[in-house]
Amino acid sequence: MTEIAGQDTTLVTGRLREWNAAAVESVSEFRGEITIVVPPSLLRAALAFCRGDAALQFNLLSDIVCVDHFPIEPRFEVNYHLTSIPRRDKLRIRARISGDDPVLDSATSVWPGANWMEREVFDLFGVRFAGHPDLRRILLPDDWQGHPLRKDYPVEGYR
Amino acid sequence: MTTVETATGAAQTMVLNMGPQHPSTHGVLRILLELDGEIVVKAVPDLGYLHTGIEKSCESKTYSQAITLTDRMDYLAPLSNNLAYCLAVEKLLGLEVPKRAQYIRVLLTELTRIGSHLVWLGTHAIDLGAMSVFLYCFREREEILNIFELVSGQRMMTSYFRIGGLALDPPGGWLGHVERVIKALPGRIDEYETLLTQNRIWISRTKGIGYISGEDAIALSMTGPTLRAAGVGYDNRKHFPYSSYEEFEFEVPTRSDSDCYARYLIRIAEMRESVKIVRQAMGKIPAEGPIRADAPGIIPPQREKMKTEMEALIYHFKIFTEGFSPPPGEAYVTIESPRGELGAFIASDGSPKPLRAHFRSPSFVNLQALPKLIMGRPIADVIACIGTIDIVLGEVDR
Repeated sequence: MTEIAGQDTTLVTGRLREWNAAAVESVSEFRGEITIVVPPSLLRAALAFCRGDAALQFNLLSDIVCVDHFPIEPRFEVNYHLTSIPRRDKLRIRARISGDDPVLDSATSVWPGANWMEREVFDLFGVRFAGHPDLRRILLPDDWQGHPLRKDYPVEGYR
Repeated sequence: MTTVETATGAAQTMVLNMGPQHPSTHGVLRILLELDGEIVVKAVPDLGYLHTGIEKSCESKTYSQAITLTDRMDYLAPLSNNLAYCLAVEKLLGLEVPKRAQYIRVLLTELTRIGSHLVWLGTHAIDLGAMSVFLYCFREREEILNIFELVSGQRMMTSYFRIGGLALDPPGGWLGHVERVIKALPGRIDEYETLLTQNRIWISRTKGIGYISGEDAIALSMTGPTLRAAGVGYDNRKHFPYSSYEEFEFEVPTRSDSDCYARYLIRIAEMRESVKIVRQAMGKIPAEGPIRADAPGIIPPQREKMKTEMEALIYHFKIFTEGFSPPPGEAYVTIESPRGELGAFIASDGSPKPLRAHFRSPSFVNLQALPKLIMGRPIADVIACIGTIDIVLGEVDR
């Protein structure tokens, strides 16, 4: 297994802290992957900063993944996997939100490509994205009940 | 059921339902097209006809059991899916895979790339009216599938890559078969080129069609040959090498015209590069050596040891009854599948089953750009554009 070349925790967290001291809630590293937890209210702005900053250049949104930690609260964690093609670097930005009213700001204004990824998270987890231009189910039929990737949705026998 | 709201509201337009049963959608893609005469003014793709809940199923399987599910996403490149999943779990475990297994993985995934591009070329050509290319492409693909059958016993759903290495040692003399196939391939690729590259009908159906700028392609998270045809030389094998790709010499072909014709040329060039990589891998693979990591409790023990050693028997029993438990944490690995960046995200809570397994499928993300490619183009170009993105619906819907 190859460690990702050129990963530098201090550069990314330093730049983010410089931009807004409240943006970095915590930083962790596991197997060479950096995860930065940002408060949900700053998520969209933090993503826009990572994309636009000349020192970071995270120009590609690789993926959006939601993880359900039911019954622990805050229940949902939404991971944004960013890639910098010019700098050959990767980063995971994470926001934690409660299960009562799971809403996050949409990243579609930063990357139009976030559109379908957010629709997938909405479809399978029921996390809504404020400001999304077309927040509909994408994989399941429109009249489907429930969100199957939630931990309280059984593998079989629900319907 | 998804419906389309007409964009213009004028009486001139009509809505056409394309798919899900339409041969040129390469599976079960449905697109709602709003047409003004023959020109597309709005396109809304409708997915999910092949959604099988693979990610949910993974959560109720042990780490080893889930490998067989990954084959079934991108069924034209099952070994690439195996690789992405295994690399992610290996990263989670901190396992080092023996070099011999790494080289065999590289060799087989590159053959997968060639096989997948051959299916793409054949079906794309048949969509656009060139019947004979299809037959030639499938002839060569058959040879590649024979190699997969030789090493794994299966032609398509091989599940040959396992966590920590490979399922079994390839049979003696298998490299001879690979050599025979690889030797013939460059000449065969030349044959396809003589049929298509200068073909006037092919050029008029593909040149200048489906343009997207490099900037727009990155903003839409497009990856793979489609992005490289737009002038962005992003390739996971070069940018974030995995499975010892950094030891191989190959080019990443790019073009700047970013139309269907450019994407065709990119994939042809990629097949030639893959042939080079396979050749290098053949030279690198040691004749003898382990094909699995040395990690008792995670890798099943050898059969002979189970008959003589108590520990081996216990490990075997434990691996196949309860599985193994990686430390809590998450790993995200991206590889270059034939279609683009294939990502595997695995989150572990320290139990023998994944807390979450997610696959970033390149087909799903790339398909998002389809409306942009076909806007304002005649309906015949829709067929060319669907083909040129190279989607596999099994992977789009998962």
